[in-house]
Amino acid sequence: MFQLETAENPQKLRRIAIDPVTRVEGHGKVTLLLDDADRIHQVRLHIVEFRGFEVFIEGRPFWEVPVTVQRLCGICPVSHHLAAVKAMDIIAGYGQLPPTAEKLRRLMHYGQVVQSHAVHFFHLASPDLLLGFDSDLTRRNIVGVAQDFPEIAKQGVLLRKYGQEVIRHTAGKRIHGTGAIPGGMNKALTVAERDELRRDIDQMIEWSLASVHMVAALHRTKPEFYNHFGEFESSMMGLVDERGALDFYHGGLRAVDNTGKTIFDHVDYSTYEEVLEEQAKSWSYMKFPHIRSLGAEQGWYKVGPLARVQACDFIPSPLADLERKKMMALGHGKPVMGTLFFHWARLIEVLHAAELIRDLLDDPDILGTDLMADKGTRKGEAVGVIEAPRGTLFHHYRVNEDDQVTFCNLIVSTTNNNQAMNEAIRSVARTYLDGREVTEGLLNHIEVAIRAYDPCLSCATHALGQMPLEVDLVDADGRLVSRGRRNMGPAA
Amino acid sequence: MSAEAPAPAETARVVVLGWGNESRGDDGLGPALLRRIEAVDLPHVTAIEDFQLQLEHAMDLDGADLALFIDASVAAPHPFAFTEAAAREGMTHTSHAMAPEAVLDVFSRVLGRVPPPAFVLAVRGEAFELGTGIGEAAAERLEIAWDFIRPLITAPDVAVWRAKVSG
Repeated sequence: MFQLETAENPQKLRRIAIDPVTRVEGHGKVTLLLDDADRIHQVRLHIVEFRGFEVFIEGRPFWEVPVTVQRLCGICPVSHHLAAVKAMDIIAGYGQLPPTAEKLRRLMHYGQVVQSHAVHFFHLASPDLLLGFDSDLTRRNIVGVAQDFPEIAKQGVLLRKYGQEVIRHTAGKRIHGTGAIPGGMNKALTVAERDELRRDIDQMIEWSLASVHMVAALHRTKPEFYNHFGEFESSMMGLVDERGALDFYHGGLRAVDNTGKTIFDHVDYSTYEEVLEEQAKSWSYMKFPHIRSLGAEQGWYKVGPLARVQACDFIPSPLADLERKKMMALGHGKPVMGTLFFHWARLIEVLHAAELIRDLLDDPDILGTDLMADKGTRKGEAVGVIEAPRGTLFHHYRVNEDDQVTFCNLIVSTTNNNQAMNEAIRSVARTYLDGREVTEGLLNHIEVAIRAYDPCLSCATHALGQMPLEVDLVDADGRLVSRGRRNMGPAA
Repeated sequence: MSAEAPAPAETARVVVLGWGNESRGDDGLGPALLRRIEAVDLPHVTAIEDFQLQLEHAMDLDGADLALFIDASVAAPHPFAFTEAAAREGMTHTSHAMAPEAVLDVFSRVLGRVPPPAFVLAVRGEAFELGTGIGEAAAERLEIAWDFIRPLITAPDVAVWRAKVSG
């Protein structure tokens, strides 16, 4: 179906050691490996910042972990917070959460989805989509969007800020929040906070819907291009509820193949190791997960917005589900696979999250004060899973009798998408590589493919906002043929 | 109560944005300096901490007369750099980082006004490993940077700040 690392003579594709510089600065590094005929055969997106996370957690008291893990990612700390606390609910022996506690957690999570997706779309995706890939480089960013589409830019910033306010009111603070604790929540929502959020949510829904329509309109201008840019076949995975509906907060694991056929369904995520396997590769610090029954070559998959909205049977909010149907109609019965559909799906999810926020704010339970579950028998091991903005996020812990974490395994969204991102870049590189040079055009298009996933390349910003991207072209003998750089100084 | 002399009514309003991850070694320099500023409790200063600089921080600058960005930097000279920042479009392949110049640009585009004069205090950092605190050398730089910035925020004056710009 879809081959992994398709070099005819893979032994000739020289293994490249990761440049130590990447470990310090966390920049994006892509290596394109050519075969004897100078065709792209393998792509390696080097991501190095995940090493050490598990060790960082091990040895800490379990009740501290939901707060500590927020330091793993400055972009989606709430996702780590909630995945960890879901596991620690079980470790601490708590049962079913009271309705108010679960609804407050969901509200926090939906706020996170809105703010993360908003910044992604308006900061990364809309410049490419709105202005075109071949537009002047200096205009292909949010400045250009703001010039040509001033309201879109403004709405993006305000959507982001709204999501942050939802988080602040539910977590207690904008960052380092402690809203969710093992067994429930430690902060109720006040009437004033509810009213403040309710006042603006209809506007957020309206803007979200308009942004979906904008992407749909863009697609109509160049459908063939949008359909096939960075296109590759893959399986997809996400959480669904018992009805098969998309659920960002809780559910069973579902995987479907490239035709939409079910591979596994409603899998209890505490048994994820029975259906998924992680494989290490010599050139990457990040593991490559795959569906165990299909093996490493056939079993890799993608997660995140495009996977979620297509793996589920429906989205349980009316406006978002309607938009999902419109997007999926373009696949004529099969899932759509073009990389740029990620942006479309992401905006459908913003719309869905905004609809869910409105419904929760209208639910009397959200103002309840029964925030803690009853405590039962403590457990030594648990798994917490959540649909983070970029995809399925696994937190797996074992805790000893002294309450210290002795084992931690995290499969973050970017890890789940590891091979898929390589495939997206490979698809683009095959189309746009001309000769043996990393041209500006190739660099542009590779960058667009990476931006669709927005991988967690680094959670430490050490160079005041400079996140350089470097693309190396390496021939079959392992020689560096060409190098393209962006946001970097001169080559060392 | 502030230990500093009370600021006159016309004292410029300063918004300070400090960011970084305190679990990543010298990346904690920004939050550490921000905490020093908060502890002084100057009524004309609003201190905002975050993991990373982002779009919405442009809105936090609304109403400020002066803006100060504080971060650790591998590129800054020893012990720190103090520079003035201007609105400038930023190109990146990730949402995981944003430059002060890009935040200022978002301000001007979204609010339709010229952003306040803005300065960047970039304290040199070297070690950013997960699970470590600020290193010894970086801690020394933090003290030097604090001695430098404290009088500037206590009596903020854009002309004085400009005169202090590095290089």
